[in-house]
Amino acid sequence: MATDFFSKAHITARPGFSRWLVPPAALAVHLCIGQAYAFSVFNDPLTRLIGISEPAADDWKLTSIGWIFSLAIVFLGLSAAFAGKWLEKVGPRLTMFVAACCFGSGFWLSALGVYWHSLWLVYLGYGVLGGIGLGLGYVSPVSTLIKWFPDRRGMATGMAIMGFGGGAMIGAPLAVALMDYFKTAQSLGVMETLLVMGGVYFISMMIGALTIRIPPPDWQPIGWRPAEVSQKMISTAHVHIDQALKTPQFYLLWLVLCCNVTAGIGVLGQASVMIQEMFKGSVTPAAAAGFVGLLSLFNMGGRFLWSSASDYLGRKNTYSIFFAVGALLYALVPSAGMAGDKLWFVLLYALIMSMYGGGFSTIPAYLADIFGTRYVGGIHGRLLTAWATAGVLGPVLVNYLREYQLAQGVAKADAYNMTLYIMAVILLLGLSCNALVTAVHEKHHLKHNDFDELDGIYPARSEQAGAAHD
Amino acid sequence: MTKPQADKPTSKWLLVLFWLYVLLPLLWGVSATIRKALALFA
Repeated sequence: MATDFFSKAHITARPGFSRWLVPPAALAVHLCIGQAYAFSVFNDPLTRLIGISEPAADDWKLTSIGWIFSLAIVFLGLSAAFAGKWLEKVGPRLTMFVAACCFGSGFWLSALGVYWHSLWLVYLGYGVLGGIGLGLGYVSPVSTLIKWFPDRRGMATGMAIMGFGGGAMIGAPLAVALMDYFKTAQSLGVMETLLVMGGVYFISMMIGALTIRIPPPDWQPIGWRPAEVSQKMISTAHVHIDQALKTPQFYLLWLVLCCNVTAGIGVLGQASVMIQEMFKGSVTPAAAAGFVGLLSLFNMGGRFLWSSASDYLGRKNTYSIFFAVGALLYALVPSAGMAGDKLWFVLLYALIMSMYGGGFSTIPAYLADIFGTRYVGGIHGRLLTAWATAGVLGPVLVNYLREYQLAQGVAKADAYNMTLYIMAVILLLGLSCNALVTAVHEKHHLKHNDFDELDGIYPARSEQAGAAHD
Repeated sequence: MTKPQADKPTSKWLLVLFWLYVLLPLLWGVSATIRKALALFA
């Protein structure tokens, strides 16, 4: 039966299955959905669908097109938050399958929207359907990876979430190459590009869905045993998704993620303009695009390196480094700008972006440490509302402060200084929230005799040692 | 009914192939980004 094919029982790994097949399965999904950050390559062609060489009167305006990406991010947050419990119940294969269907059909519906020149279809396609695919695809492999790599939770989630950072690096040149291939005198090739990309991403995500396996409930890596002496900040108990919302730790971690993302996302969106205004005359638009590319590389690398390092440093310490060092780096950026030291400026930003990326990839492992591994996928999904909030807050804050500074007569080159100092303060706020994170009180833990309605087994089973895989 | 699966170890070739499948496009994207980033120091 088709439903059986997607069931948890069907995808439970047999002895001999290598857990190292799981990270590429997760990457196959994350590298696809990471394309979202490259959607801006379609912005200019979408404003010239009728006029071709330049926008015609009936062509879509850039401000209207901007809503496509915003809608996708909103639906990413909503679907991750609301589908968390369902995800834990049905398992990663069905979630990835639905994500592939939504993301792929989002592209195809958008292609139809381009063909009929209906912006509402594009909103519904890439914005709504694609956004749901993004949210489900983002959270689907996370808890599976954590369960396969209890010895290296940070590294495992870092590998997948690094893929989300790298997806734009594939998506942008792929879209440009396809539009070049399909363009004619009468068309910019956008519709054909969307059709092909939808197909490629659907197939790639399905390969991930077909490969993913979950470990048996009593599985542990060969030679690995949970710490005999209980570690205060790594729980061996589990907290239910709904119960997690009743703990102060959930809201503190929500603020931790929100502060980290707000500080990073605000300046990331303005990076190109910022470097050109701070180094007027010495940075061309092409060089500024190179700067944004360099930041993307550090953002992606930081996702893997910082979360891997957190396995040794501890999650709380890693976030303390992000906030304390990040605040210092933000405070140093204006001096680099004033001194005209471009290399120092770039280096500071690169480090900041590595920690911004590291924040995304370290949070699932932090949640697993605090709330246990059983419901971490669903809890992570709900915490991603902090990302959606920061996605609005960060750019609004940066743009508003810049406009305010300019209205006060501050020179363009200096207009970002106040913003950067405020970002440093936001990071210090995050540092305080992180300092307040403690172990969850025992009263929130799932008791041995609490029946687990999500998969019908008792949580205590998962804590017994059992058959080993590699 | 759950489909029976063999208890044989995962093939090393399958592992290598699957990792290449995800890493090669990523390396292509990273190299394209590095080429763009070099413009900053040109």
